[in-house]
Amino acid sequence: MKRFVLIITTVYIFSGCSSWEPWVKPYERENLSDPIMNVARDPISAGYYHHVFETRESARGAGAVTGGGCGCN
Amino acid sequence: MKLKQTAYLFILTCLLLLSSTSRAAVLPDERADAMYHSYDGDEIQVTGPAILIRKNVGASTSVFYQYYEDNITSASIDVRVGGSPYEEFRTENSVGVDYLNGKTTMNLSYTDSSENDYEAGTFSVGISQDFFGDLSTLSMGFSQGTDSVTQRTGNNPTTFSSELSNIKRTNYRVGFSQILTKNSTISLGWETITDEATEQGGSGVTLNNPYRSYSYGTPGVNRFFAREIYPNTRTSNALGIRGSYFVNTFKSAIHYEYRWFQDSWGIQSNSLGLSYVHPVKNWELDFRWRYYTQDKADFYRDMFDFANQFTYMGRDKELSTYTSMAVGISGSYKFAKNGWGWIDKGSVNLSYDLINFEYEDFRAADDTTANPGEEPFFQFEAEVIQATLSIWF
Repeated sequence: MKRFVLIITTVYIFSGCSSWEPWVKPYERENLSDPIMNVARDPISAGYYHHVFETRESARGAGAVTGGGCGCN
Repeated sequence: MKLKQTAYLFILTCLLLLSSTSRAAVLPDERADAMYHSYDGDEIQVTGPAILIRKNVGASTSVFYQYYEDNITSASIDVRVGGSPYEEFRTENSVGVDYLNGKTTMNLSYTDSSENDYEAGTFSVGISQDFFGDLSTLSMGFSQGTDSVTQRTGNNPTTFSSELSNIKRTNYRVGFSQILTKNSTISLGWETITDEATEQGGSGVTLNNPYRSYSYGTPGVNRFFAREIYPNTRTSNALGIRGSYFVNTFKSAIHYEYRWFQDSWGIQSNSLGLSYVHPVKNWELDFRWRYYTQDKADFYRDMFDFANQFTYMGRDKELSTYTSMAVGISGSYKFAKNGWGWIDKGSVNLSYDLINFEYEDFRAADDTTANPGEEPFFQFEAEVIQATLSIWF
């Protein structure tokens, strides 16, 4: 029951969020919408750059690209 | 009980998505990109073309197709120590669709990677939702892939073994992006990946590369090689933090990222990246720096004492302790900024990166001037070049 109340409360809070006033107004987002603010603005290049490192490092995940294969021996 | 928790989570997620109002997110740009790429380092050359086409279908659907090619010529340290130089060809085909409904974007994609000794197919699905007046975006994703591993037999690149290992890979992703101010954004991402390999026909190959060997012997006296023995499962976790800041004075941007990683093999790594993008008239210049450091896997050693000393034994340099640093620069020229026929705008991009790898416990075993097991630690530099033509329509 406690969990149910918690869920309902959480949903209520999140549902109410859509009526919150955003602290950055839509008309203030010109700089944010500039393409240079997108780190993966060239998706084919960003994917390749990611692949170059992924095939030579053990770390993986929490990046922008998924896929299989190697080409790395 | 676990089922109940999953059901609650699902209901909560659905209610969250349904509680959205009507201001819409946007579909990705309609564009076509053609790229030529080149990697040259440690006597490996990898070159090839790639294309990406993304097009809207109706008002709420975007589809894409990507083709990528690797032409590989290799005489790397692994080949110099225990193999023969080889040439290889890999192709990768991806198709996908994004569907937009109000503030919700759903995506579905499939990637097929094919080389003569390795086949991989990955299916991905994801959903993202804007909320809090579009200041925040929550995203979740799931991928499942299957790899089929074989091996060249002898030096003839046209004959191959039967399947040695079959790998199932599952990815779970969750991300959260937040607009902080009118000039800055930040995002957090978490991804858990599990691999499970099934050895085929007693091959001895699980998650290891069938061409690579571990080493054993007596330092200063001798060094022998035998096929690596890997665990058949691996689970990894990664946490990424990324941010962007718009510099009003120059109309430029700073991007930063940090990633923490650990896996069930005992590997831990940290990476840090920083880039600065500066516009100059029709040009856009990008300067970047990246640093990566990792600790070795529990079952890694440059040289074991004797054969079959432990249950698992590996000498992949990617499992060793090392650091790498990369610096790069790109120049992008924008043309047809006001449109030209059916083209909305275009750009030509040239990019160069220099990467240095320095290994702390992986020795250059191809160095015949040194005693076995006493060779200098391996290091190499790689150059990466990309040339891209992009058109928006």
